[in-house]
Amino acid sequence: MIEVEQLHKSFGSKIAVEQVSFSARDGEITGLLGPNGAGKTTTLRMLYTLLRPDRGHIRVDGFDSMLQPLQVQRCLGVLPDARGLYKRLTARENIHYFAQLHAMDPAMIERRTTALTAALAMQDIIDRRVEGFSQGERVKTAIARALVHDPRNVVLDEPSNGLDVMSTRNLREFLRQLKSEGRCVLFSTHIMQEVAALCDRIVIIASGRVVADGTPESLRELAHESSLEEAFVKIIGAAALETLT
Amino acid sequence: MKAALTIFIKECRESLRDKRVLLNALLIGPLIGPLLFVVILRATIGRELDRAERPLPVVVIGAERAPNLVEALRQQGMLVLPPVANVEAAVRAQRVPLALRISDSFAEDWSAGRTAQVDIIYDSSHREGGTQLTRLRGMLLSYSRRTSAMRLVVRGLSPEVGTPLIIGDRDQATPQARAALLFAMLPYFLILTSFLGGMWLAIDSTAGERERQSLEPLLANPVPRAQILLGKLCAAAAFSFTSLTLGLMAFALAARFLPTQRLEMSLNLGPGLVAIILPLMIPLVLLIVVTQMVVSAFAKTYREAQTYLGLLQLLPVIPSVLLSLMPISPQLWMYAIPLIGQQLILMGLLRGESIATHVFLLTTLMTLLVLIIVFLLARKIYQSERLAVNA
Repeated sequence: MIEVEQLHKSFGSKIAVEQVSFSARDGEITGLLGPNGAGKTTTLRMLYTLLRPDRGHIRVDGFDSMLQPLQVQRCLGVLPDARGLYKRLTARENIHYFAQLHAMDPAMIERRTTALTAALAMQDIIDRRVEGFSQGERVKTAIARALVHDPRNVVLDEPSNGLDVMSTRNLREFLRQLKSEGRCVLFSTHIMQEVAALCDRIVIIASGRVVADGTPESLRELAHESSLEEAFVKIIGAAALETLT
Repeated sequence: MKAALTIFIKECRESLRDKRVLLNALLIGPLIGPLLFVVILRATIGRELDRAERPLPVVVIGAERAPNLVEALRQQGMLVLPPVANVEAAVRAQRVPLALRISDSFAEDWSAGRTAQVDIIYDSSHREGGTQLTRLRGMLLSYSRRTSAMRLVVRGLSPEVGTPLIIGDRDQATPQARAALLFAMLPYFLILTSFLGGMWLAIDSTAGERERQSLEPLLANPVPRAQILLGKLCAAAAFSFTSLTLGLMAFALAARFLPTQRLEMSLNLGPGLVAIILPLMIPLVLLIVVTQMVVSAFAKTYREAQTYLGLLQLLPVIPSVLLSLMPISPQLWMYAIPLIGQQLILMGLLRGESIATHVFLLTTLMTLLVLIIVFLLARKIYQSERLAVNA
């Protein structure tokens, strides 16, 4: 369970995120949808404590991100926007490195690595060095690395970026599986079809503010549109008009 | 602490798989100094020794006017070359190394017992002219002295009348100290090796990780930043220290291949000395590495960090150059300055002096103090938001 309340962050005079509030529940997939530069990455970075909010609160499973950052990091699995792997290590070594940083015991590390290798179909690449991996193989390794400590909450920043059609389908399947395991899944994207295909809840962000929040159906109703894409364009357009006036 | 150890192991493992790091930190870094050393010193020492024993070629003009003089010079090792036309121009054009002109009135003056004149024609801007000139002048003076003694004896006087003053050379330098002059650059090479050894890991651990986008995922792990810093610092220090140890061993080996005995010098780089140098260098190595990490944390890219560290590397040259240009005797306060203190102690050790315990402690404690300050600064940088995000 992730709760974000009245979040505010500015870099110098530029306001990146303003009064952002939303929550992502367990057993649901929540999509953070918005155009490029809307403040999605900044919001997520505050969530996993890389950035410190100027104002507002973040709670993950009840832990406050400002007061108990290490606790928050423990219950989060994070696939950041930057997903660099260590290319001179094998996929397994990359995954084990993060597992050890989570202070997991060796037996548990083995069990989780085996489970994730099967779930992400990584058997062929697990003992190869990351150097020379395809984009899809990199994302798989990065996801396995992020989830090795079996977190209740999973945060992914634009997870399908740079993936081909098949890899994207596999990724969606994997996210649905995480949801069915009762986890709270929160991901950001600027692609309409992605949220339409996956999300139980959609939070639309534009110019650093939440402009709409609800189920896909309620958003369509809100904009009086039958297609989600039209609804998105209409809502974003209205928000842009609002900020102009 | 366990997280710091995990990071340390991973950084070491990754670097050991990097050919560029291995080549630079563990091969070129430790070997370049000793290798340069052997090549340059062998050439210099060899040339100096050869020159003293080799025949000295001199163009002699008017040899027929002083056959006895020429014969005496030949016995002392001069190789008489036939006269050339316009000898001054020939010397200036470096076609002739050195020329001796015996004056027209030489024979006449000589037999009359008057002072006879010879001219040495040389070019002082010629690089090798100095030693040759000194040798020729020495030969002429010794002939002149011998003749003057003989003339006094012939006149029934003691040769001592013509020598009111005699100068003896009593050099107090020990063979080790003489060698230390030759090895003045060794402390700098050792410090440079420490710089090179840790540099790649220091860059890689911050600017490098940021550029390859692996810093952000790393920082999302539940590990205090100070532990991340500590793990990376220890890994870089381990490489730096290994590099230094290899460099020291290479120097000890290199010293055996130098013909130092022939110059009455000795370079004592035995296990006993190494056992003092290594603990002396530990705090300095840590200080160097943490400084490199602070500097590369400010750089946006790998290349930028490389540029900054290249400049930082020049820092230890300053005390080396100052100490060799201005032969000031070391004051106690100088030992309190990291880098300078270690260089002075290294120089002392190479000269075969024993180092007082309080001097050793002063340098070590002051270096540790500065190390703690720079470490706290590094920790502050590691806790700031811009570490991961500024790029």
